[in-house]
Amino acid sequence: MNPPAYNFAYLNEQTKRMIRRAILKAIAIPGYQVPFASREMPMPYGWGTGGVQVTAAVLTPDDTLKVIDQGADDTTNAVSIRKFFIKTAAVKTTERTEEASIIQTRHRIPEARLTENQILVFQVPIPEPLRFLEPRETETRKMHALEEYGVMHVKLYEDIAHYGQIATTYAYPAKVADRYVFDPSPIPKFDNPKLDNCPALQLFGAGREKRIYAIPPYTRVKSLDFEDHPFEIQTWDQPCALCGSRDSFLDEIVTDDRGGRLFVCSDTDFCARQRGEA
Amino acid sequence: MTPLLAAEGVTKSYGGRIGCSDVSMSLHAGEVLAIVGESGSGKTTLLRCLSGHLPVTAGKVRYTLRDGRHVSLDDLSEAERRLLMRTDWGFVHQDARDGLRMGVSAGANVGERMMAVGDRHYGRIRASAVDWLTRVEIPEDRIDDSPWSYSGGMRQRLQIARNLVTSPRLVFMDEPTGGLDVSVQARLLDLIRGLVRKLDLAAIVVTHDLAVARLLSTRMMVMQQGRVIETGLTDQVLEDPQAPYTQLLVSSVLQV
Amino acid sequence: MYVAVKGGEQAIDAAHRLLAEERRGDPTVPAVTLAQIAEQLTLAVDRVMNEGSLYDRDLAALAIKQARGDLIEAIFLIRAARTTLARFGYALPLETRDMQVKRRVSAAFKDIPGGQILGPTFDYTHRLLDAALVDDSEPEAAWTAPASPGTAMPRVLDLLGHEGLIEKPSGDDCEPGDLTQDPLNFPTGRDLRLQNLARGDEGFLLALAYSTQRGYGRTHPFAGEIRLGVVEVCFVPEELGFPVAIGEITVTECEMINQFKGSADVPPQFTRGYGLGFGQCERKTMSMALVDRSLRAGELGEERVAPAQDEEFVLSHSDNVQATGFVEHLKLPHYVDFQSELVLLRRLRANAAKARLEAAE
Repeated sequence: MNPPAYNFAYLNEQTKRMIRRAILKAIAIPGYQVPFASREMPMPYGWGTGGVQVTAAVLTPDDTLKVIDQGADDTTNAVSIRKFFIKTAAVKTTERTEEASIIQTRHRIPEARLTENQILVFQVPIPEPLRFLEPRETETRKMHALEEYGVMHVKLYEDIAHYGQIATTYAYPAKVADRYVFDPSPIPKFDNPKLDNCPALQLFGAGREKRIYAIPPYTRVKSLDFEDHPFEIQTWDQPCALCGSRDSFLDEIVTDDRGGRLFVCSDTDFCARQRGEA
Repeated sequence: MTPLLAAEGVTKSYGGRIGCSDVSMSLHAGEVLAIVGESGSGKTTLLRCLSGHLPVTAGKVRYTLRDGRHVSLDDLSEAERRLLMRTDWGFVHQDARDGLRMGVSAGANVGERMMAVGDRHYGRIRASAVDWLTRVEIPEDRIDDSPWSYSGGMRQRLQIARNLVTSPRLVFMDEPTGGLDVSVQARLLDLIRGLVRKLDLAAIVVTHDLAVARLLSTRMMVMQQGRVIETGLTDQVLEDPQAPYTQLLVSSVLQV
Repeated sequence: MYVAVKGGEQAIDAAHRLLAEERRGDPTVPAVTLAQIAEQLTLAVDRVMNEGSLYDRDLAALAIKQARGDLIEAIFLIRAARTTLARFGYALPLETRDMQVKRRVSAAFKDIPGGQILGPTFDYTHRLLDAALVDDSEPEAAWTAPASPGTAMPRVLDLLGHEGLIEKPSGDDCEPGDLTQDPLNFPTGRDLRLQNLARGDEGFLLALAYSTQRGYGRTHPFAGEIRLGVVEVCFVPEELGFPVAIGEITVTECEMINQFKGSADVPPQFTRGYGLGFGQCERKTMSMALVDRSLRAGELGEERVAPAQDEEFVLSHSDNVQATGFVEHLKLPHYVDFQSELVLLRRLRANAAKARLEAAE
């Protein structure tokens, strides 16, 4: 019995070429979901297989990789994926945002402004922003083709009618380059403004759903809203308990069972930097 | 004058079975045409062909766009056809559930078409929704309720409001009062008649009920086994039916 | 102070070591060998090869051992290994007509040319726990009929086909697609549907097939023929230009005879549903054949109303590796999204409280 021997970054070169072609097409049509023949990966679907395939396809031996989940380098999913690439590609890894050439992320965009020399790879569970309004692929494809996006606003209208405000807090849909409405993956809407006019290339991989899409550098990304109910992001009443930052996304940590709460930066690297550590 | 909608030799067959056969007709702006016949006569198939919901097997359906062009529906791209369906046309289904988005509030149902054509002002959309609900006699305080909580008659009125919000020029109606209680039917017919007149709408109403045809339409077409067997002014056809089948229909219904 | 978040990496390592220990179980009990799994848990191995889409009994046995007997996990391991393998090309279509048959039954005819061959089956056993298996007693030797090579075993559906009583197999002669190489696009063809079903979860297909029998998309099925046996796999190497046999595999094939159908041009005929899988997998191939037939509703002009007739629904949810991944991913941290919802909910509640207060004033 011969268990298979693995190529650089796990995928064979044939597969990587196929994924790169999909990525190039995605960059050429910003926000458009390009179908690709997603492969089984040695981690479960829904755990970042799309992002891992995209990273594997763009990774070179000279790259420095950073992997975050919920903004942190030390959460289980981030650790597991980082180890995977150390094992299969032996690339350098880092926790520092500015040192990384490729950042794979689940649910966050780093607080630090990204640069032209970086690629941000998102793990995407459900790439189709219209999916929960229309379950059929044949129909949603047509809606994208014909730019029939009215139904997205129906959802926002409902929010305002029932709650007085737009109640979508993450995976907040946006329009890319005035054409395709897309799902930025379940990042908090706090991060949506960072998508806009970002110097880094942003790639989105959905493994189970077999879709890749992209936002090329310096592309306009506008979160959907109403003129009289403009898009706005989350705010907190207090700063980060560790670094004192007032403009980062804060995680809530329950400190005891008597209502004790602590708010700290979700981006652990950013927080450490603010404190002048490392 | 160019008709608003015209059909020439429209035929629809399903395999060997005929849905409707060789139907020609025309409809002018502001005119209401009733298509009557018993179930299986092909009237709903014809309506779906005329409204672009079903591709025809043979023949042509032409429509005069707002810019004056008189075009065949086949020659429109799917994007143009779908735009037409949500702006210049309305379609009222017999079962309101087919025409409403049941998962969202009444207000969103009315506002959807405005949002679909690019309106991005919540306050304006909301005001329009209130206005239209009032015009179809739905209390304003029901605006945020789900259509599931509405009675059959209210759902039907909501469906009408949802269609009219973009000021269409032509509305297709498939048995709009079917399945409703008689008293509810009467009120709905009254409302439809009022709206059609006030808004100067053209409409094609499919019904098996001659009373509906008489109340709403100026002209009517009688269908049997997929073919049109008699057409004329509604009063004329009902007073003096020519075809034996129409005579049977009229005598069996109106004299009861 | 920063207690809640650090230490993930060490914790994961420790969890994996604990897993390895649990996998091994009591060290005084001998470890199960791959040969034992491959030889004695054959139907588990068959299922893993089927849904893992890789015919390799040894790797399947390894996967089952590594997965602690969790077959979906084992299927996942096989899929992940399979996807890295280089491709040399596609084999020629299997010729199941030439199968060395181990089992072959038809529920449509009492007797058929070549005979009914029961083979190894649970079908007529009493499901009583067998104390004899508690210790390692050896079974009695099986009787086998003397091999009679050359006995023709025509396929039952071909017999009907000669009389025109059943439709010709649908589909064209195009190269079949491969959904492991190209993404599935709807609407799709029967080739890709069958490939999807062959890889699909046995339990999911079984439930769908069952639903068709209970009225959700009835197809009036008869098990025309189920055959199990060994077939040759042939391949045409480019440099040779002619087919060579590269091995033998065991497969189960099920051909269903369904509800007849006629039209103006074609007199009434029975229709077909088809299932094929690696190893012995009758439940799976029968379910597959029923669902295949249901999915042909559109092609046969039937109204599509039941779940089993809905191509997008069935094909999008049949893959258990995808399904288990996405369901289980809910275990992953969702702090950020949850925090976003918390912030909103608190704000909404505060607004509501304020509104109540103002109303009271």
